[in-house]
Amino acid sequence: MTLTLTVNGEKHSFVIGEGSREVSPSHTLAHTLRERLGLTGTKISCDRGACGCCTVLMDGKAVLSCMLLSVECEGKEFTTIEGLGDPVTGALDPLQQSFIDHTAFQCGFCTPGIIMSAKALLIKNPTPDQEEIKEALAGNFCRCNSHYHVLEAVQAAAEKGGQQ
Amino acid sequence: MTEYRFIGKPTQRKDALDIVTGRIKFINDVNIPNMLYGKVLRSPLPHALIKSIDTAEAESLPGVKAVLTHRNAPQWMAGFPLHVRLLDSKVRYVGDEVALVAAETEDIAEEALRLIKVEYEPLPAVYDVEEAVQPDAPQLYDQFPGNLLPRERRMFGPRTLQEVAFGDVDKGFEEADLIIEGTCAYENIPNPLPPEPPGVIASWEEPDNLTVWSASQGPHMFKVTLQRRMGATSMTSLGSPVGASYGSKYMSWQFVLPAAALAKAAGRPVKLCYGKAEHMAAFTVRLGSRIHGKVGMKNDGTVTALAADWLVNTGAFSEITQGMVSVGLGEAQLMIRCPNWSFKPRMVCTNRTASGQVRGFGGQELKCALTPLVTMGLEKAGIDPVEFFKKNYVKPGDGYYWRDGKWWVCNGTDYTAAIEKGAATFGWDKKWQGWLKPTSVNGTKHRGVGVGVHGNADVGEDISEAFVRIDPNGTATIYSGLAEHGTGQRSNICKMTAEVLQIPLASVSVTPVDSRVNPFEIGPVGSRGTYAIGSAVIAAAEDAKKQLFELMAPKFGAQPEELETRDGMVYVKGDPEKKIPWFKGMGYDRTIMGKGRFEPDFTLPNFMMIFTEVEVDTETGKVDLIKVVGATDVGQIIDPPSLTNQLNGCLGSAGIDSALFEETVLDTRLGRIMNPNMIDYKWRTFAELPGMEHEVLETPLPSHRFHAVGVGEITPSPGPSAVLMAVSNAIGVRMAEYPLTPDRVLKALGKTAKAGKEGNR
Repeated sequence: MTLTLTVNGEKHSFVIGEGSREVSPSHTLAHTLRERLGLTGTKISCDRGACGCCTVLMDGKAVLSCMLLSVECEGKEFTTIEGLGDPVTGALDPLQQSFIDHTAFQCGFCTPGIIMSAKALLIKNPTPDQEEIKEALAGNFCRCNSHYHVLEAVQAAAEKGGQQ
Repeated sequence: MTEYRFIGKPTQRKDALDIVTGRIKFINDVNIPNMLYGKVLRSPLPHALIKSIDTAEAESLPGVKAVLTHRNAPQWMAGFPLHVRLLDSKVRYVGDEVALVAAETEDIAEEALRLIKVEYEPLPAVYDVEEAVQPDAPQLYDQFPGNLLPRERRMFGPRTLQEVAFGDVDKGFEEADLIIEGTCAYENIPNPLPPEPPGVIASWEEPDNLTVWSASQGPHMFKVTLQRRMGATSMTSLGSPVGASYGSKYMSWQFVLPAAALAKAAGRPVKLCYGKAEHMAAFTVRLGSRIHGKVGMKNDGTVTALAADWLVNTGAFSEITQGMVSVGLGEAQLMIRCPNWSFKPRMVCTNRTASGQVRGFGGQELKCALTPLVTMGLEKAGIDPVEFFKKNYVKPGDGYYWRDGKWWVCNGTDYTAAIEKGAATFGWDKKWQGWLKPTSVNGTKHRGVGVGVHGNADVGEDISEAFVRIDPNGTATIYSGLAEHGTGQRSNICKMTAEVLQIPLASVSVTPVDSRVNPFEIGPVGSRGTYAIGSAVIAAAEDAKKQLFELMAPKFGAQPEELETRDGMVYVKGDPEKKIPWFKGMGYDRTIMGKGRFEPDFTLPNFMMIFTEVEVDTETGKVDLIKVVGATDVGQIIDPPSLTNQLNGCLGSAGIDSALFEETVLDTRLGRIMNPNMIDYKWRTFAELPGMEHEVLETPLPSHRFHAVGVGEITPSPGPSAVLMAVSNAIGVRMAEYPLTPDRVLKALGKTAKAGKEGNR
């Protein structure tokens, strides 16, 4: 039995099983991304679908990678924080740049999940208002209270995107 | 005001790119070759003796490399004074450590935990501080009779502050126009709850040469506190970025000791990262704080006497409780001018997960219980709390006993201007309608306002050392054991160095947190990063610059003090055209190392005032936080966005929201924490943000060359009592318990029946 996932544009095949290099049927997608692909930008905090730290894009939509079993994800396309920038030029996604410009983080642990949730919002709704941004990020825990700077960063990125 | 090139200007965090790209490596992102995974078997009982443990089946599970119990674990001790065994034959809270396993994978380690058979002899348990000090109460430790932590061991030197007792309280009460007596408590033991659970990797390279890589807020201190305890003749402590801590990951022995013991037993590196349930049920929560107090007051609000029996619930052990109590006692004096004190703490062990270091460090816990008592007097006398705090908060020339038991005299700022600015921005004069009076009523929506204050003199606590090395290519490297825990302090010391040496910020870097490389650093605690750590770094940069000028002065035929440097060039002041680059002065084959050290100074208390407006729905009992205004004076802002972030941090990490909905719920029938997950433990989301503004003044302070003090640690601390006041005013009923959940509000309004699920509430 094998499993194929496309992550950040690259196709990966795994053998399903209990070996140390294999993907177990009990492994979450978050675990597979981190421990099999080394994509540790996806964070595990609560591991129970409450905090949003593990948010990634599945076919362009935000999902909690701790709440998906890897074996459920056959054939899906994922984007993680590592795959957000331009793969050719290495340029940052405008959202990432906006987070830098607004110091929209403190400890930075929840930042990848917040950026991925915001990205999913902007894909669906490129011109969100403040309330829509707040709603889209309501599942993302940020304990340092960088919320206010995050809202500014997402709004600014959306406005810049609109001008292009 | 001095115009600086970097200080006070918003600059990009040094670690910004790594954070937004996911490249930053937190401790659980690091794997090292040959590494095993550690797991902890935890007690299901709050108090019990372990009659037997059978590990045979666990040990025979393929992939298991070490199993430790109290029978074969090293006899390492922790706590203050040393009283906690790494593994003991007695458990004292649900979640206490019973056995440790190291295995090839986390799954195998968890499976092995399930195969360990433990037989317990249950003991009666106690959770309430006052029950715990009764003569017939269950005893947690033989050496702590009455469950009281001993006072003879002193954390901050021979005169460590253990109580505030001076003047003549009897005389003070005689002089009072009114006397308030009562009990108030802050016992919902909220969790600081950083997103990253605690974690560590430990490795013994040789039998007695230990390396610990951890998400600690003060990793350098492990060499002082843990090395000898673990029998290591040599220890390297490596820090990683901290996925926030809020104080809780400072005393990290709770996870460091088990990992090191497993690594020693298995002969391989061991990673031990807590899961969230462990983090929430078996790691640091706030102190429980209950005050039976008596306040004497004149009709004009002058406090004449303050007497209190302060019961501090430390849970199953003391991590650093005595230190937190000392600092809290000092901070009480900064808030209230009173000539007669008898404020006596009792620190009590109970059968729940231990309380430890959290932002606010004893002072928040004390104030949240003391402020409501004091304000009962203000209510009787009809005094505006803002006026009271303005009159009472410590001013230059005022003295106080600090944690070392010495009398210190304030040499800092008069914060009256900050208070007035904050009150104006909040619109206090318009919104304040008097005690127990709402600001406005619109149907069932009652609004009310409240205010709180906090400050500490710990901005100048403890020792910091730093080196600054300059290289001929015009760059500087700071050698500091400062771990980044979210405040941006590692970037800020780069700004300070760049300002001293006048080189681009991009030319300054900081060494990795590595105890082999860096000089002594106690860590960024108590808002000490700006003044204490900053001073050491500035001194090192200035020393390096002085050495550079001494070296290059002969090239100009000038005295060293006549020289100036900018962007890697040296010139005589006033003659920037005739300049010589560092590399010409130094040669390619030289580096210059400047050294700096900071000695403690408790004369510059910082300050934070929080104004809150709440809206209470008297039909549902729900409390919404509408508006928060913070007011402070920091002397000089180092990095505006980082400061704003810290000020906004007043909500979470067991701050303001611990008055609204945050609580660790203990089931006192089973001793279990009922909400050790992030669904049942309530936290504020993006959709529920209050309006937030800050007034930050910059009155230069006599700290270091940038005249700044830190304030980050204390921003949550004035908030809970301010919310309690605001809700009381909104509904016209004095509230005295945290958090103000709908059931409590409705009960206060007489809208719930007397019967029902009272539980321990």
